[in-house]
Amino acid sequence: MASNLKLAEKQNFTLNMHFKRNIGFVLFTLFSFVSFASHDSVSHETAAVEAHSTENSHEQNHEQKFDAGEMIIHHITDAHEIHFFTLNEGTPAEKHFSIYLPVIIKDENGFHFFSASHFYHNKKNAEVNGKHVHYYEHDGFILSGEKIYKAEGEEKVTFNEKGEVANASVLDLSPTKSVVGLFITALILILLFGAAARKYRKNPNAAPSGVQGLLETLVIFIRDEVVIPSIGHKHASRFMPFCLTTFFFIWIANILGMIPFIGGFNIMGTLGVTIVLATIVFIMTTINGKPYYWTHILWPHGVPLPIKFILVPIEIIGIFMKPLVLMIRLTANMTAGHIIFLALTSLVFIFGQSSAVAGYGVGVGSLAFMIFMYFIELLVAFLQAYVFTLLAASYFGSALEEPHH
Amino acid sequence: MLSAGLGTILWTSIAFLIVLGLLKKMAWKPILKSLKDREDFISDSLKSAENANAQLSQLKADNEKLLAEARVEREKMLKEAKEIGEDIVAKARKAAIEEEQRIMNKAKQEIENEKTAAIAELKVQVVSLSIKMAETVLKKEFENKDMQMKLVEENLKSASLN
Repeated sequence: MASNLKLAEKQNFTLNMHFKRNIGFVLFTLFSFVSFASHDSVSHETAAVEAHSTENSHEQNHEQKFDAGEMIIHHITDAHEIHFFTLNEGTPAEKHFSIYLPVIIKDENGFHFFSASHFYHNKKNAEVNGKHVHYYEHDGFILSGEKIYKAEGEEKVTFNEKGEVANASVLDLSPTKSVVGLFITALILILLFGAAARKYRKNPNAAPSGVQGLLETLVIFIRDEVVIPSIGHKHASRFMPFCLTTFFFIWIANILGMIPFIGGFNIMGTLGVTIVLATIVFIMTTINGKPYYWTHILWPHGVPLPIKFILVPIEIIGIFMKPLVLMIRLTANMTAGHIIFLALTSLVFIFGQSSAVAGYGVGVGSLAFMIFMYFIELLVAFLQAYVFTLLAASYFGSALEEPHH
Repeated sequence: MLSAGLGTILWTSIAFLIVLGLLKKMAWKPILKSLKDREDFISDSLKSAENANAQLSQLKADNEKLLAEARVEREKMLKEAKEIGEDIVAKARKAAIEEEQRIMNKAKQEIENEKTAAIAELKVQVVSLSIKMAETVLKKEFENKDMQMKLVEENLKSASLN
């Protein structure tokens, strides 16, 4: 636990470091090694992928300087588009290959629906205190840092001294990239387990075959190594569906985030996603709390009265802290993994800027390290799903604990 | 960047709860049930195999016991038969000896009786023959007076009274 928290802290620190830099506009996908190599390849437009060129004169930066911080933040942040890759970057023929997601916002005039392509096709640049910032504008709304604000007045957009948009924000109910990733995960889960369940129904006593074998191993693992030891035989079956769903949901979503060229999903690194999982864990723990659990928190036995005054507030904070930590751990771990990949990729570009030879030289080392990290991240993808499920199960277990005499 | 958009929360809740509900109904329940059933089936099978094994070994032990008992029984029966046989032979021998004895005794008796009778007969015969002879002799002797006298004298001589 302690080491995990430490890790999370470290990751947050890394995040903050990257926050501070904010110039330039360079787009490429999570694993853009190949697109880097084939920079001048001919673009194909497909039905699913809409391409648009940003030839606007005000579009490009005055100097093409690669900013790793900006790039990394851009890639780990949830977005209103699923961006695959950019062709002819930095030239007038620049093309972005993206799926633009629907925008659903609500202001005092009611709901507004439109495609996010309107935003991304209307990029504006501004200078605030000598700092270069960009934002998108459409139909009285401003998109900046993937947040939507209401355009106001003649200027439409106002900035604070940090260069952040200071307009009033609107209620954004858009299905973002992470939501789409979530729905893909949901679909994969339903198809995968629907197929497996059919096999079980058809042939209940046959030896498992194919993907059923892998899933069965994991299902049994979750049941016998996670849920039953944490919750006990008596209540385990009640929590099995949630624990299994959570585990596979997180795991598949994490795996999805590791597949290159599908937009670099960072589903479990999105706070909006993990907060839901943590909230469900919190609600389930709270409503399942037995009297023993509550007395343990509110009036612990065998503790001197003065200690109780210290202990009880800590325990009460703990009720909320536990799911909070669950949420932060998952988000930070998955985001950290993505940041490592992006940082390693950035290294190539940073060196590539000084000389092509240095870029390729560093690229070899970076690539080797990325391959190594890939295996680590595959493990982490599983591990974080396991840890989340294990801790959730142990919270349920503690809520259901019976006094043992 | 690390802000939780309400839209994401909303959509995530919907997606997660739908998946939870769907999977619970169509996947987890049947999968967990068949896993449980299969495990039960396997453990039952193992248990029954164990039982069968135990029964088999019990049967084997019973058989052996039965066999041993049968062997003992056979032994006993053989022994008894032998004893009975010997007894019968001994009895038969004894009876035979007794019978032989009896027959011998009877034969001896009969022989004795026959002998006695024969002796008696012989005696009678001898006496009657003697008498006849004596009669004949006497008849012849007593035709002559002298002869009679002579005989008396001779008898008297031999029957001297000393």
